[in-house]
Amino acid sequence: MFETLIAAFTALVTVEHLAYMLLGVSVGLVIGVIPGLGGIAGLSLLVPFLYGMDPISALGMLIGLVAVIPTSDTFASVLMGIPGSSASQATVQDGFPLARQGQAARALSAAFISSLFGGIVGAVILTGFVLVARPIILLFGSAELFMLALFGLSMVAVLAGRSLPKGLAACAVGLVIGSIGAAPATGEFRMVYDVDYLYDGIPLVIVGLALFAVPEIADLLRKNAAIAERNTLGTGWFIGFRDWFNNIFLSIRCSSLGCLIGAIPGLGGSVVDWIAYGHAVQTAKDKSKFGKGDIRGVVAPESANNAMQGGAMLPTVLFGIPGSGSMAVFLGGMVLIGIEPGPSMVGTDLNVTYSLIWSLALANIMGAGICLALAQPISRLTSIPFRFLAPCMIALICFAAFQATRDLADLVALLVIGVLGILMKRFGWPRPALLIGYVLAPQAETYFYQALQFNGWEFLTRPGVIIIGLLTLASVWYGLRSRVDDTGPTGDVVTTSHASRNLQIGFAVAMIGFFGIALWDATHHSFLGQVFPLGVAAVGLLFAAILLWHLWSGHEDHPAFFDYEVIGDHVGKEGTGWLWTGPLWLAGLVAATALVGFYAAMIGFFVVFLRVRAQASWGTTLLMTACAALFLLGLAWLLNLNFPRGLAQDMFDLPWPFR
Amino acid sequence: MRIHRALTRRGALGLMGGALAMALAVPAAAEVSFEGKTIEWIIPFSPGGGSDTWARFNAPFLSKYLPGQPTVVVVNEPGGGSTKGANLFAARARPDGLTIFGTSGSTQFPYLLGDPRVRYDYQVWEIVMASPTGGVVYTSPSTGVSGASDISKLAGQQLVYASQGATSLDLVPLLGFKMMGLDVQHVFGFKGRGDGRLAFERGETNIDYQTSSGYIKNVQPLVDAGTAVPLFSWGALDADGNLVRDPTFPDLPHFGEAYEMLTGKAPSGPEYDAYFAFFTAGFPAQKMVFLPEGTPKEIVDAYQAAVEAMKQDPEYQATKEAVLGTYEQVTGPAAAALFRKGTTIAPETRQQVVEMLAAEYDVKLGD
Repeated sequence: MFETLIAAFTALVTVEHLAYMLLGVSVGLVIGVIPGLGGIAGLSLLVPFLYGMDPISALGMLIGLVAVIPTSDTFASVLMGIPGSSASQATVQDGFPLARQGQAARALSAAFISSLFGGIVGAVILTGFVLVARPIILLFGSAELFMLALFGLSMVAVLAGRSLPKGLAACAVGLVIGSIGAAPATGEFRMVYDVDYLYDGIPLVIVGLALFAVPEIADLLRKNAAIAERNTLGTGWFIGFRDWFNNIFLSIRCSSLGCLIGAIPGLGGSVVDWIAYGHAVQTAKDKSKFGKGDIRGVVAPESANNAMQGGAMLPTVLFGIPGSGSMAVFLGGMVLIGIEPGPSMVGTDLNVTYSLIWSLALANIMGAGICLALAQPISRLTSIPFRFLAPCMIALICFAAFQATRDLADLVALLVIGVLGILMKRFGWPRPALLIGYVLAPQAETYFYQALQFNGWEFLTRPGVIIIGLLTLASVWYGLRSRVDDTGPTGDVVTTSHASRNLQIGFAVAMIGFFGIALWDATHHSFLGQVFPLGVAAVGLLFAAILLWHLWSGHEDHPAFFDYEVIGDHVGKEGTGWLWTGPLWLAGLVAATALVGFYAAMIGFFVVFLRVRAQASWGTTLLMTACAALFLLGLAWLLNLNFPRGLAQDMFDLPWPFR
Repeated sequence: MRIHRALTRRGALGLMGGALAMALAVPAAAEVSFEGKTIEWIIPFSPGGGSDTWARFNAPFLSKYLPGQPTVVVVNEPGGGSTKGANLFAARARPDGLTIFGTSGSTQFPYLLGDPRVRYDYQVWEIVMASPTGGVVYTSPSTGVSGASDISKLAGQQLVYASQGATSLDLVPLLGFKMMGLDVQHVFGFKGRGDGRLAFERGETNIDYQTSSGYIKNVQPLVDAGTAVPLFSWGALDADGNLVRDPTFPDLPHFGEAYEMLTGKAPSGPEYDAYFAFFTAGFPAQKMVFLPEGTPKEIVDAYQAAVEAMKQDPEYQATKEAVLGTYEQVTGPAAAALFRKGTTIAPETRQQVVEMLAAEYDVKLGD
């Protein structure tokens, strides 16, 4: 045993191995910074170089890449409010408000130190856990996985906002959106209306970007300011470290949680950040700052998402079942190198497994170190006037969005759900609740059906189910006691939100209509295909109806009333533009893409936006456009991708990249 | 006069057309070379899956042996259970040899079943090569079965199988078990065969199959530990298209032999025809490489020669087993035969399968 550890360690700390790992880390950092590109894109870049490499070096390179993506994706989440990847959605919740308060460097530093720490805690846990992991992972059957999905959903209680019916209705909207596409039990297609795009369901990237990034861009575009409203960039490094140190136990808890959730195949890593965030809120004494820039809201998810990558490696190497999307590519890379996952990874090949785990820790140290050094210079981005940053951000989220299926429909979906996101933000519907529902819908439905098939209703008496069930109840209890309000200022302002009562009622009625459509669609399917959407739509309808009743008859200061357009801090300020300016620009880009394809449309968009909206000189305009065009071209060339096509491409045979 | 003029005009047009045809024909007739070109290999799945790994393994070798040594890049176009990528290829690829398409059983099955999302037709494509695979069915010792010869003990027992869906590759075990008269409860919604194996290891299911490489690496240890019992392999096809034992598992009976052990007679009839069509599309002809409709013969020949040469490459032979298993990559007339068998189904056979799926599993193709 000890010899294995030593053998693994000596194989690890050779110059060659470290150099390859650094290469992997560098590629991972660059890929992670660009929203929408995650481990999948990065690994596809590196896989061609795997031939003829020594397996340990090759694995080090792959691990280096996978490990640091949840570190560097924080840049986009904190600085721009764009969830860099699905692992960083919760970071946006408090990280971006901190950036807007001019504390970007502090938030980034705290995030990177948490990432570093999370990665190391993950590796430490794995070192011991890997030996006993096989039987423990096998304890989690479909019934336990269903309960874990419920546990994830219990976080809605804490994120529901000031009006519980509103929060639960938002979650139900997410559950309905998540059930679009093939039913797990019968393969029937639900709510697709012959639209090819909907057959596979709406991709997570799109929902995340649309709910979090689009509303922020819309908000920022109305003002002519920079992202950082106050200019206190300052020396964030030390404060960030102190912030993390003050919350070290939270960080440890969240890393352990992340590592374990990652290790259980089937739940997937996409909710781990929200579970950690919810946990931070539940256990905090003063919760008033969450959603408005509480550093704990950054520390918790960032500790968890790096540890999660380590955990996700376990089912990948032990069972050949990828724990996340990037692990699927990692698995492909392993096979190409000639390493087959399986029980031997804890037997004869244990040294390979250990070098994987420790490579992960080393890579986290390298990655976080580089990011820390870059945090301060890069956080200056937030002091650039937003009108210059905006076209880059819009192009970037579109680029990120069409990574989902590389189709024009991705952009249309982004726009449509983006409008929903803007309205939800405006009327105080909690977007995290929708996202959690959306992510967990397929899991909850699949595992519930499978548990019933395997165990019948007796699955409820399994010890694992009972334990997770009690945890879930505790989580709901703590959650309801400590609900966080992410919807803006509180105090005497609620009264004035009553002013736009009719609009708010209109939005609630629209949501009721959405549930109605879901119910109507569900009636067309077989019992197994309809029972889940029918159930969640009915629950959604119930809570939306309660909300409607509150809005209809509530007192002026009823918590159901909320309108950011009435009580937001921008109201009454000079130079505040129209709410829909941002979405219209985005819609323009999407429409132009439909005509001439994305690449040409993006160039045109840059020129028009910079000249008309930013009123930049021709020199600045052309320079910025050329840089953006070259940047996208380089990315597309590296990743072998074709941009979404428009009408022009269908009619004429154009050369790449216009093809 | 008028007629005369029209004739001359037509003659002129004809001349021009002929010249144009000749101008076009010249480069094609000359030596095919892709020097300096980039060839896009469309894979209708996300990176990281079996098809992606298969293509990424083959791509550099293909590049080495194609004339002019072009760059071969793998382009992932996932969606619609692989129908999206296939539709894209059918609609957009030009017959210049610069776009090739890699299919999988998941591309063949919707085509065979008549899924409304399918807007591609295999019959117009040119096959370059086919990659077979195999699989082994195994059961839990709790069924009382202790070896392949015990299979008759399964009759009348309640068996549970973790399936990826009734129209997925797991349609082959569904049809196979049904034919054998086994009472199998198919539980759907699993993400892959690995996911299904996990359910078997947890004791949630008691019958399962894995493809050859997954079986060797992950099930053989279970067999050695006495927690799994191999029953039969799906089998392989010989040069004449007959079902024979899988060369990777020569000691295990193939599906036909197992069927005979259970029922006392060799498999035949319309049910077997249906099973056999999907079996061929899912195993012996699982992965295929195609050139688009109308590709000139010279280009098809160049590709086939490249694959032949690639198979002889010592590095290819040394490394392929880890990635592709022990199966020989099939080219030439044998590939064409597999292609035909794996992509044709009699209309009444299709009708029978579709009706059975609708009646017993509520499967509606399309909306």
